Amino acid sequence: MLIKARYYAILLSILIALVLQIMPLPIQADLYRPDWVLIVLVYWAMALPHRVNVGVAFLTGLAMDILLGSALGIHSFALSVAVYVLAANYQRLRNYSVWQQAIIIGLLSSFYHLMLFWLQHLLTDIPFQFAYLWPVISSMVLWPWMFWVLRKARRQLSIT
Amino acid sequence: MDTIFTRGPSLNNRLALALALSVLLIVADHKLAAFQSTRVYLNSIMSPLQYLANLPSVMLNFSAQRLTSNQALVSENSRLTNQNLMMREQLQQFEILQAENEQLRKLLDVPVEPKVHKMVVELMAVDNNPFSQQIVINKGAIDGVYLSQSVLDDRGVVGQVMEVGSTNSRVVLISDVTHAIPVRSVRNNIRFIASGHGDMDELFLEHVPHSVDIQPGDMLMSSGLGKVFPAGYPVAQVESVVHDESRPFATVKVRPLAQLDRLKYLLLLWPHDAPRQPEGSALRQVTGQPKG
Repeated sequence: MLIKARYYAILLSILIALVLQIMPLPIQADLYRPDWVLIVLVYWAMALPHRVNVGVAFLTGLAMDILLGSALGIHSFALSVAVYVLAANYQRLRNYSVWQQAIIIGLLSSFYHLMLFWLQHLLTDIPFQFAYLWPVISSMVLWPWMFWVLRKARRQLSIT
Repeated sequence: MDTIFTRGPSLNNRLALALALSVLLIVADHKLAAFQSTRVYLNSIMSPLQYLANLPSVMLNFSAQRLTSNQALVSENSRLTNQNLMMREQLQQFEILQAENEQLRKLLDVPVEPKVHKMVVELMAVDNNPFSQQIVINKGAIDGVYLSQSVLDDRGVVGQVMEVGSTNSRVVLISDVTHAIPVRSVRNNIRFIASGHGDMDELFLEHVPHSVDIQPGDMLMSSGLGKVFPAGYPVAQVESVVHDESRPFATVKVRPLAQLDRLKYLLLLWPHDAPRQPEGSALRQVTGQPKG
């Protein structure tokens, strides 16, 4: 029972990330909103690839599609691919320093945003703006802190 | 125990499955609109998260209300009283004009335009999805909100309802790339279509020939064609007209009259031919003042 309860911590962290992702912010700050959901999923996929991988990413993506009102499947597609890239290389990424990981997160995040843009572009002809890529920077800055917080939570609750 | 038997399908298979499902969902949702009715339930399931995300701003508003000084309240009160007086004066004239208009219409045997039900709703969330411009309002199916209902603010048309949840609904703004609204110039009744461009304070008029009489400053009203927006509500004002002879059509930029980037209280309209009308209990809110 106690072991079961620990997995709720993963679910809870994803739910908190979803709330942070949709929390209303002033328009100036909104552009720089980091990809909370992507960061949390990336952490869990790197730390516990047998618990959190493509399946969880797909379901979280569906939740995001419903919350953000985009066509169902867009975020689940992009998140699945991003988490797949990570889960396939988790052993190498674990050995990097946090700063090197931050760069990988930046690459992953820009790939994720480009994928979202391409998918939306297929459905509606939206023009590309560089402002779409600001979250890449804020996600990179956020990564070391999130890594620290989530690792602390994982060790404290000894989730394996 | 992490044995080879408990691992389930391989990562590649999982990805293939997830991508196949995603593509299927995108096609079913976007091209075939298969989830129109399911979306109500999906939105209802997810609405606790939405309320949770909205909590900080609600608390901030609440504490701001608590902390406003007496003086600020008094000055606001006097300002609103003044405004109320001015509006009542305008309303008196309007009522006379309306009565006159109805009489004239009766004389000409034109059907009198029936009354439109209205409801004040509050903004719940603004979408941060940069690719689409949508907002969430705090009324849903149980209040009688229906699909593609028109939404206004105190200045003009804001958009239409695109998804109805049970207690909240999603509104697509007129500035969204997927949205277009039929309009009519007030000055000379020429019809146009104003389509969004993803920019909050800019719409474009589509397919305007160079010879059409349109000038900066012209007011555009909803024309009522297309049967979505009722006729006669202000939509936008023409900002610039560029006649580039090398292009087949003139480039006309218009500015929406509704303040799309600072919405707070909105108005829902129920024309007489709406698919559903609000219940009696909900209608009482029409006359009541909005909170806050």
